[in-house]
Amino acid sequence: MPTRTVAGTTVEVNDEGFFVDPAQWTEAMAPELAAEEGIAALTDDHWTVIRFMRSEYAEKGTGPTVRVLGKTSGVPVKELYQLFPKGPAKIAARVAGIPKPRGCL
Amino acid sequence: MARHVVILGGGTGGTLTANRLRRRFPEDELRISVVDEDDVHVYQPGLLFVPFGLADPEHIVRPRGRQLHRGVEFHRSGVERVDVAGRQVVLEDGTRLDHDVLVVATGAALLPEETEGLLGPQWGRSVHTFYTLEGARALHESLASFEGGRLVVNVVDLPIKCPVAPLEFCFLADWYLRERGIRDDVELTYVTPLDGAFTKPVAAATLGGMLDDKGVRLVTEFNTGEVREGALVSWDERDVPFDLAVVVPLHGGQAYVGRSEGLGDELGFVPTDPATLQSTVAPEIFAIGDATTLPASKAGSVTHFEGDVLVENVGRFLAGEELDASYDGHANCFIETGFGKAMLIDFNYDQEPVPGHYPARMGLPLLKESRLNHLGKLMFQWFYWHSLLPGRDVPGIGSDMPTAGKRAG
Repeated sequence: MPTRTVAGTTVEVNDEGFFVDPAQWTEAMAPELAAEEGIAALTDDHWTVIRFMRSEYAEKGTGPTVRVLGKTSGVPVKELYQLFPKGPAKIAARVAGIPKPRGCL
Repeated sequence: MARHVVILGGGTGGTLTANRLRRRFPEDELRISVVDEDDVHVYQPGLLFVPFGLADPEHIVRPRGRQLHRGVEFHRSGVERVDVAGRQVVLEDGTRLDHDVLVVATGAALLPEETEGLLGPQWGRSVHTFYTLEGARALHESLASFEGGRLVVNVVDLPIKCPVAPLEFCFLADWYLRERGIRDDVELTYVTPLDGAFTKPVAAATLGGMLDDKGVRLVTEFNTGEVREGALVSWDERDVPFDLAVVVPLHGGQAYVGRSEGLGDELGFVPTDPATLQSTVAPEIFAIGDATTLPASKAGSVTHFEGDVLVENVGRFLAGEELDASYDGHANCFIETGFGKAMLIDFNYDQEPVPGHYPARMGLPLLKESRLNHLGKLMFQWFYWHSLLPGRDVPGIGSDMPTAGKRAG
């Protein structure tokens, strides 16, 4: 399993760079992970989504898809794409330190 | 006194469940009611062929009530809501049905209204779907008068029923346009939210290669946010212009699921144990087919294979026994590829579709085009009405996925 260093801590990631163990993530890592995705500064709205992703993962074992995120996070899909361009579910999962949301089949 | 099983939905799952239960339990032991809002049972795999004039809409429809065995009550009404805590179903006609077991088999609903502009003035003229009988019929007319330009096939988002159907549509469109001698005048594009042609890697590579061979352009990771005059626009503001668009709309559970406190998830699907088919909502509620949250394709073959385990478990639940956790996610589908050929894929929760033969080494070729598979696909409609719905076993097709003919990796 590959590892990498975020905010001075070594964490396990998979081949696509998603966290393997969300417990290894800390809030201090989010700005660095976000910067890698081209997000210069994390706003309150970003944090709303990040915390929502983590609580959904904790509850259901997978992060939500964009559609579910739009229905349940309180942030409309249009805004999600402004906050996390190029695929909010995937990018937000990366920044939130959870595995890639299971797509549907 | 007889106990009562109420089945919501008289489609593939509801019908085969009712008939299998009826064959298994005498009427003085078990009363079986099937509820549906209409009496039109559509053989949904047939919808794909309607736009190309390969199937007559009349021939893929039969009355629901007539597919049910004697001794199964058919109650024609919409569902108002399920009172989960009160163990009661409230129907739109005011009837209240108490039950010992409830089976949710109402499938998935199409939600075109959830995509901005999809139901605009172009709907039914230059923007179509083939996922309904009316839609497939209207598309047939538009295709017949299509003389060239940009034909775009789009899946808005997953889950959808029969995830291979939009690809089959592309393959058949290529064949159809060639037959009409206008293929060179048409730019055919497949637009998908996925990062490849299909969800499963080995099949995605094969199917993606086939799109390429047939000159179908592939646009990936496109999440349709809006349909504007003559163009699909994604949430991240890319656009794909079209002259004729064939769109598979968003899917969700039926509206009554949303009105039933505690029954469904945020999309209206019923949370269901993937191995037993018992819902996680209440022990006496089971679910089958497209209505569930199972991590399997929403497809008739999945529903068919689930039927075995579901009926066994309804029996065990009524007898107070431990449930059988043996559904393995088995699915198989014929993929029509045009020019009288088709492929077959066979897979389950753990095994992705790979090449080989089904059900064993001397069977139908897997993940490979053949005329035999095309004949299999055509023949299947007969099995559907005469064997699958009545609850008889289809020869050679068991619920558990066979591994004998599959090539590793």
